[in-house]
Amino acid sequence: MQQYKQSEAIERRETVPAQRIGRAFAQASREGRCVLIPYLMCGFPSVEQSLAAMLAAIEGGADLIELGLPFSDPLADGATIQHASHQALEHGINIAACLAIAHQVAARSSVPLILMGYYNPVLAYGVQRFCREAAAAGACGLIIPDLPPEEAGPLLEAAHEQGLAMIFLVPPTTPDERIASIVRVAAQEPRGFIYCVSLSGVTGARDRLPPHLQSFIARVRRQSAPYGLPLAVGFGVSRPEHVAEIARYADGAVVGSALVHLLERHAADGEAQRAAVRDYIRSLRECTVRLP
Amino acid sequence: MQQHLEQQKRESSAAGPYEHGAYPDARGRFGPYGGKFVPESLMPLLSELEAAYRQARLDPAFEEELQELLRSFVGRPTPLYYVPRFSQLVAPGVRVYLKREDLAHTGAHKINNALGQSLLAKRMGKRRIIAETGAGQHGVATATVCAMLGLECIIYMGAEDIERQSLNVFRMRLLGAEVRSVDSGSRTLKDAINEAIRDWVTNVETTFYLIGSVVGPHPYPLMVRDFQSIIGREAREQILQLEGRLPDLVMACVGGGSNAMGIFYPFADAPEVRLLGVEAGGQGLASGQHAATLVAGRPGVLHGAFSYLLQNEDGQVLGTHSISAGLDYPGVGPEHSYMKDTGRASYVAADDRLALRGLQALSQSEGIIPALEPAHALGYLLEMGARGELAPGSLVIVNLSGRGDKDMLTVARELQVTIS
Ligand SMILES: Cc1ncc(COP(=O)(O)O)c(C=O)c1O
Repeated sequence: MQQYKQSEAIERRETVPAQRIGRAFAQASREGRCVLIPYLMCGFPSVEQSLAAMLAAIEGGADLIELGLPFSDPLADGATIQHASHQALEHGINIAACLAIAHQVAARSSVPLILMGYYNPVLAYGVQRFCREAAAAGACGLIIPDLPPEEAGPLLEAAHEQGLAMIFLVPPTTPDERIASIVRVAAQEPRGFIYCVSLSGVTGARDRLPPHLQSFIARVRRQSAPYGLPLAVGFGVSRPEHVAEIARYADGAVVGSALVHLLERHAADGEAQRAAVRDYIRSLRECTVRLP
Repeated sequence: MQQHLEQQKRESSAAGPYEHGAYPDARGRFGPYGGKFVPESLMPLLSELEAAYRQARLDPAFEEELQELLRSFVGRPTPLYYVPRFSQLVAPGVRVYLKREDLAHTGAHKINNALGQSLLAKRMGKRRIIAETGAGQHGVATATVCAMLGLECIIYMGAEDIERQSLNVFRMRLLGAEVRSVDSGSRTLKDAINEAIRDWVTNVETTFYLIGSVVGPHPYPLMVRDFQSIIGREAREQILQLEGRLPDLVMACVGGGSNAMGIFYPFADAPEVRLLGVEAGGQGLASGQHAATLVAGRPGVLHGAFSYLLQNEDGQVLGTHSISAGLDYPGVGPEHSYMKDTGRASYVAADDRLALRGLQALSQSEGIIPALEPAHALGYLLEMGARGELAPGSLVIVNLSGRGDKDMLTVARELQVTIS
């Protein structure tokens, strides 16, 4: 389909996109804070609004952006992201449209972009073609929640060929031995981070972080530390105090469903929507500073 | 894990000849199909399930309890019954036998699998059972075995299916199950499975997901095939006793594919037996309103497995339509995909009207009201006969997977009869 003419901004960057992920984590670490990763669904509430929201999130201080690729059967997602996904599909959003959005964000900013979506649309698009065009559009990494390492072979190979990191999820119910083997796969270059799922369950904003989060992160850290692989925490993160807590022991916080709610609340007014996203991300960003 | 990755690189997706008994392999694949495409939370669980299942099958006590309950509770073996008047309607000289799964307790084959898996759940110490249901037959079967074994039971069912299968919803509730309406997506079976998987991911430690067909991640397609193969094992023995030879043709309807796999698998090593699966043609393949996954789909990933799938160009799963809720599903078991590609089985579609014709024909010629699902196979068989595709002397077995009581409101509506 569409071949992206690489913008100058993208050309100037290194040939291994995934390295920019590591650099974003390293930069934040030098500044004594964790990274903040907003998740925004491509095409929700509309193509223009999702693009504007991503740029507003960057303005508010996002360190990386996760771009959601909609799917008809998002079985790792709660009602909020299901709804966003459904609405994006109603607007006729497909992979090509998502990559076009990524490309526009990448043309305006150097914030690393991660694509998160289910496997079937990627398969249908063609695994190699997807990775090639994703890299050309400015993406640095991929998260596919229904693709455990055992099944990831073909995509992992294609992603690595294009310098894209494959980022795997690790929930708290995973035994140590399995965490170790996931970490080994995730640590191969080009690499990104480990996505620690705060709780066993689906995405969705929650009032409180689960009580054993810190010990879970410590458990993953024991396995990831030898490889120096950063740890980000997602699922259920929505409030500044959540980010502040995560900053104490992890390297990144992912916020998703809360942004869907925010976009819905201000759906009528584009300007207000952008301001709301920017201010919300700013309020979270302030909490990324690691307190002694 | 590394080994798996290497193996995947080497793997070719080209279909060789069908190898009976060779699949699934260690990775849960049937040729290229199957696998475990699930959120990471479920991976340790699937390994645990696989190990527990293997252990159970080696334990004579498990086998004994299962066989005893199949006999005394389910009412097995079910008869293999010759239907002379229906045979006449098909074509002269053709002999049609029905494998009477409609006579199993709860009225469909689903109980064979529900019983097997619930005994496994009990053995694994999991007392909270969740299941999805389309027509409600698997839900009823699951609610039934849970009541019998004293297990908690939660059934996910699409809101649309709840409307058209109200009788089964009532049965499930009467049996003590909680029926949860699923309002997302197309509000049918596929969405009920999504919701059941979400529940499972959330309650991994306590919950056993009792899948109702040969779909889902490994080891489900294997387990469900094993539990349903009792159908084909009995039928093979029965036909040899009654006719002294194997059938020429074995037919079954295919939704997820469990009743079909159950009767196909024990015949699959005999190349002279033709295996024919009949999918739901809905309002016709050209209309797009159908559920003929193997006939009209292409391979993709849904609900944990790589298999044929009804999807659009962008890889989004399509909505389906069938007169029978039990066939209204855009996916299909991975072993059927493998059987299709290797040519061991073939698959066709029968539309809503043909299914209705099959249902009426069997009811009137034999005094057996079939469920709308197997009525697709019956209707297609009538058509094969009319087209002269069956030589005189042909011996045919149709898996009569369920009885029609649950469908009476639907059938009445289709025939424009009002029942109060
Ligand atoms: C009577 C009957 N037959 C067939 C099916 C389809 O399922 P499967 O293809 O797994 O046998 C159902 C599903 O509900 C059913 O109730």
